[in-house]
Amino acid sequence: MENQKYYESDDESDSPQSTEDKVNLEKGSQVNTNELSSDLDDLLDEIDQVLESNAEEFVKSYVQKGGQ
Amino acid sequence: MAVKKICGIETEYSIIHKGVEDPNPIWASSMLITSYVQGNEQGFQTGIADSVVWDFQDETPANDARGFAPVGSLPPIVETHLVNAVLTNGARFYVDHAHPELSTPECHNALEVVRYDKSGEVILREAMKAAKSFLPDGEELVVYKDNSDGKGNSYGCHENYLMDRSTPFGDVIRHGIAHLITRQIYTGSGKIGCEVIGSDPDAVSYQITQRADFFEEEVGLETTLKRPIINTRDEPHSDSDRYRRLHVICGDANMSEFATFLKVGATCFVLAMVEDNYIEEEFLFDNPVQAMKDISYDLTLSRPIQRTNGKSITALEVQSYLYERAEEYAEKGGLEYVGGDIGADVLRAWKEVLIGLASDLNGLHTRIDWIAKKRLLDSFAERHNLSFFDARTRSLAVQYHDIRDEFSIFNKLEMEELTEASGVEDGVVNPPSETRAYFRGKCLQKWPEQIISANWDSIVFKLDGTTVKRIPVLDPLKGTKKDVEQLIAECDTPAELINAIGI
Repeated sequence: MENQKYYESDDESDSPQSTEDKVNLEKGSQVNTNELSSDLDDLLDEIDQVLESNAEEFVKSYVQKGGQ
Repeated sequence: MAVKKICGIETEYSIIHKGVEDPNPIWASSMLITSYVQGNEQGFQTGIADSVVWDFQDETPANDARGFAPVGSLPPIVETHLVNAVLTNGARFYVDHAHPELSTPECHNALEVVRYDKSGEVILREAMKAAKSFLPDGEELVVYKDNSDGKGNSYGCHENYLMDRSTPFGDVIRHGIAHLITRQIYTGSGKIGCEVIGSDPDAVSYQITQRADFFEEEVGLETTLKRPIINTRDEPHSDSDRYRRLHVICGDANMSEFATFLKVGATCFVLAMVEDNYIEEEFLFDNPVQAMKDISYDLTLSRPIQRTNGKSITALEVQSYLYERAEEYAEKGGLEYVGGDIGADVLRAWKEVLIGLASDLNGLHTRIDWIAKKRLLDSFAERHNLSFFDARTRSLAVQYHDIRDEFSIFNKLEMEELTEASGVEDGVVNPPSETRAYFRGKCLQKWPEQIISANWDSIVFKLDGTTVKRIPVLDPLKGTKKDVEQLIAECDTPAELINAIGI
C-alpha cells in the first residue's frame, strides 16, 4: 500500500495526511486567539458565579463507590 | 460478513446527596429513579410506564465470548432487588451498583445514539428535579456525567454494538484493542491527576481520558475489577446463533455531542471492517494495557507505542490508517452497515479530527472534550494563579460534567451541537423507529397496564387474570416502525396483537 510508510515508521512519525488536506483543514479550523481569550474572559466571569462556593469541601466530599 | 451496526450506550452517572451527614449512594440512586417514576403520576412528561419492571430472564453476564470462564474471574451479579424502569422511548433506567444508570434504546446509527444520549441527560435532569420535590428542604440529589471521582473510584460509560456471530472473536480482540486504545485521542473527556493504584496521584497533571488508569487486562469478563480493554461478556440480547453484542467498557462518557458521535461512528466502521476482514495491517503492541495509559498521558500525541514486530507507531498514525481503510471500505459499499449517509458524515468528522489533532489541537476546542476542558482549566488556573491540583481547579473539572441547566459550565462553552432540541425532547418519550426499540416503546405507550415486564428482547403481557404471554423480539432489526406501526394501531388489546402476530 502506498501509505504504509507512516504506520510502519520507527520512531519517526511522518504526517499521516496529505499536505493538501492539511492546508485545507488548517484554514477551516484556525482560531483567532485574541477573540478566544476575550470570549474566555467573559466565560470565566460567568463561571465564578456558578462554581461551588466551598471548593475544598466539595472536592473532598466528592467520593463515589466504584462501578462498572 | 458485516451486519448493520445497531448500537447504544449505557452511562453510569456519579451521584451525591447534598444536605445529609451520611449519604448512601444506593439509596440515593434508587430515590432518584423512583422520583422520576412517581413524578409521572404527578403529571410530568417522563416517558415512564410505571407499573412495568425489567425482565431478567435473558441476562447472562457470566457467559464468556471465548467460550470459557477463566478460573478466578468474577462475573457481575445481576441485582434484581434494585430499582429498574423501562421507559417508553425503549430505554432502561436503573440502579447499577451504587449509581443511577441509563441505557439508550437500540439505535441504528451514531447520530441517533447522540440524540438518545442527550435525551438521557434530560431524563436525569427531570429525575433530579422530581427528587428535590420529594426530599426534605435542604436536601438534593445531584448527578455528574463523568467516569471517576479523582480518588481511585471509576464507573463506566459502556457501548454496545451488534456483530456477526461468525466473526472469529480473535479478530475482534486483535483489531479491537488497536482501535480502542488509540481512539482515546478523540474520545477522552480529560482528567486531572493519575489514579493508578500505587502511583503518585500528582505524577500526571492532566491526562486525555478518565478511564485509562483503571484498565488492568487486555481481555476478560470482569467490568468492575481487573477491567479488560476487550470485555468478553457474551450476552447478545438477540439470536445467539446469528449475533453477538460487543460490550465496550473502556470509553469515557462524553459531554460533547461530536465526541460521542465520532466515538460510536468510528467504532461502528472498525467493527464492520473486522467482520468483512478489511483491516490488513495488524497492530499488535508489546503492552497494550500500559500503552493505553501512555497514550492518555501524552498531550502532544507524539509518543510512539512499541509494537511486537520491533517497530513503533503513534496513536494518531493507527487512527489515520483505520480512517483510510474506512474511507475505502465506504467506497466499496461499506456504508450500508454503518448508518448510510450518517456513516459518510462520520468519515468526514473523523478526517477533520485527525487532521486537527495533527496540526492544531486548540482548533478542536468545540468538538473534543479533553481539549475543551483543558482550555477551560488552563484559563481558569492562569486567571486565579492556581495549579491544576488546587481544589478550585479540581472543582471546576468536576463541574464540567454538571448537566443541570443552572450550573452547566459545558453549556457556556458553545460546543458544536449535532442534535436539535425538538429531537432530544422527542427522544425522552418516543423510541427510535428503525430498531426493535420501536415495538417495545410503542407497546409500553399503548398498554402500560397490561405489560408485566420487558427487556431488550421480549415483552411479557398480562392478557387476563390468569394468562400471561411473552412476545420475543430476538432480531434487533425487526419490530421497526415500518414493521409494526400499523399493526399496533389496528389492535385494541394485547390479545389482539398476539393473535395477529400468531404466537
